[in-house]
Amino acid sequence: MNALIELHDLLIRRNGRDALSIDSLGIPRGETLAVVGPNGAGKSTLLLALARLIKPTSGEIIFNGSPLSKLDDLEYRRKISFVFQDPLLLDMTVEQNIALGLKFRNTPGEEIHSRVWKWIKHLGIESLAKRRASQLSGGEAQRVSLARAFVLEPQLLLLDEPFSSLDPPTRTKMLEDLSVLLAQDHRTAVFVTHNLNEAAKLSHRIAVIVGGMLRQVGPARQIKARPADEAVAAFLHELPR
Amino acid sequence: MLFDSEIFQITFLSLQVSAIATSISLLIGLPFGTWLALGNFRGRSFILSIINTGMALPPVVVGLVVAIMLWRSGPLGNLRLIYTPVAIIIAQTIIAAPVVTGLTAAALEALDPRLQQQLLGLGASRVQMVWLLWREARLPLLAALMAGFGSVISEVGASMMVGGNIRGQTRVLTTAIVLETSKGEFNTALALSALLLVLTYLINLSLTWIQQRGQKR
Repeated sequence: MNALIELHDLLIRRNGRDALSIDSLGIPRGETLAVVGPNGAGKSTLLLALARLIKPTSGEIIFNGSPLSKLDDLEYRRKISFVFQDPLLLDMTVEQNIALGLKFRNTPGEEIHSRVWKWIKHLGIESLAKRRASQLSGGEAQRVSLARAFVLEPQLLLLDEPFSSLDPPTRTKMLEDLSVLLAQDHRTAVFVTHNLNEAAKLSHRIAVIVGGMLRQVGPARQIKARPADEAVAAFLHELPR
Repeated sequence: MLFDSEIFQITFLSLQVSAIATSISLLIGLPFGTWLALGNFRGRSFILSIINTGMALPPVVVGLVVAIMLWRSGPLGNLRLIYTPVAIIIAQTIIAAPVVTGLTAAALEALDPRLQQQLLGLGASRVQMVWLLWREARLPLLAALMAGFGSVISEVGASMMVGGNIRGQTRVLTTAIVLETSKGEFNTALALSALLLVLTYLINLSLTWIQQRGQKR
């Protein structure tokens, strides 16, 4: 398997308890992996660990064949990009927000302009470019947040329930757009969600985390048809139909 | 009775020492307050409680301690700073630094804590992240600056004790007001008070204008 990311015997303890335990998980290049599980299961902890924003208690995360513990944090983080549940835009214009990560990387001005506008057009937010972030609706702000992540053309894209605070029609539209972007871009992505249908629509495989443990990884159909254990079955049973 | 040139000299010295003390407080308080707000270490709450107490330091107590330190027989007596403008700047810095530090920490703690993670997740270095957090909190940080300046331009106890209120050398507006009042020169004292109020108002007006402009953008 040509994995971009591999996790081996990963254990993360937070506040005196095991927040996440994963024996083994590989994410091939170009794959979108959806991570599902109940609240507090450890899904966001996994993303934070993949972004090196928290460090594992034990075990190792391998990126491109190199253990993260051996890589410089800043150098690694400049190969990835993170989209949070809330857009977390800064008090500046949409265009400036999207350019942020490129400026961090000292990208030349002309290249920043052309890349920012490429993604502004991709996400259909041309009319918002000069507006300040505080003047945007929730859906518009999240679109800007996606553009800000995609413009970096990261090797690994991490998305933590990016649409959970949006109203259902906006959410559906954003999911469709994201699904097209991910398919066009062949970018490796890890997408955390509560919603199994969203996960099935966006991803190649789904990882189910319950009670801080990775229980099952596979295509949506397989997970629905053959839950690996009672915890997964109970989680699937609790989901809205 | 004071002459116009003397009033000008007193006013200029007041503004000069308070501006220098506030600037030094900013140089100390901004990084220290940032470290306290973003840090996660043992003793952080204890240090914050000390800083918060320091925000209410009585100027006369600061004046007393600085005077003991700078007194000719004191540990720093050989520097010969007692009864100089530098002594007033030292005392005023000790008064303003906790104010700027405490309000800086409060301003940054009020930001969404995930903003730090978001900026790091976009590839920001620590310096780039801190710079953008300061930018996001610029309005409360400006309030910290105003509070720091306000705490020193209006204090009298420390300036009197370490400056000595020496005519033409260390007399500032507040100590001149005390002196004129003690002499029964109420008209002069009132005029100096009005001047102090107008100056403080004008400085705060310009800072408030900058703050409100930032708010409306």
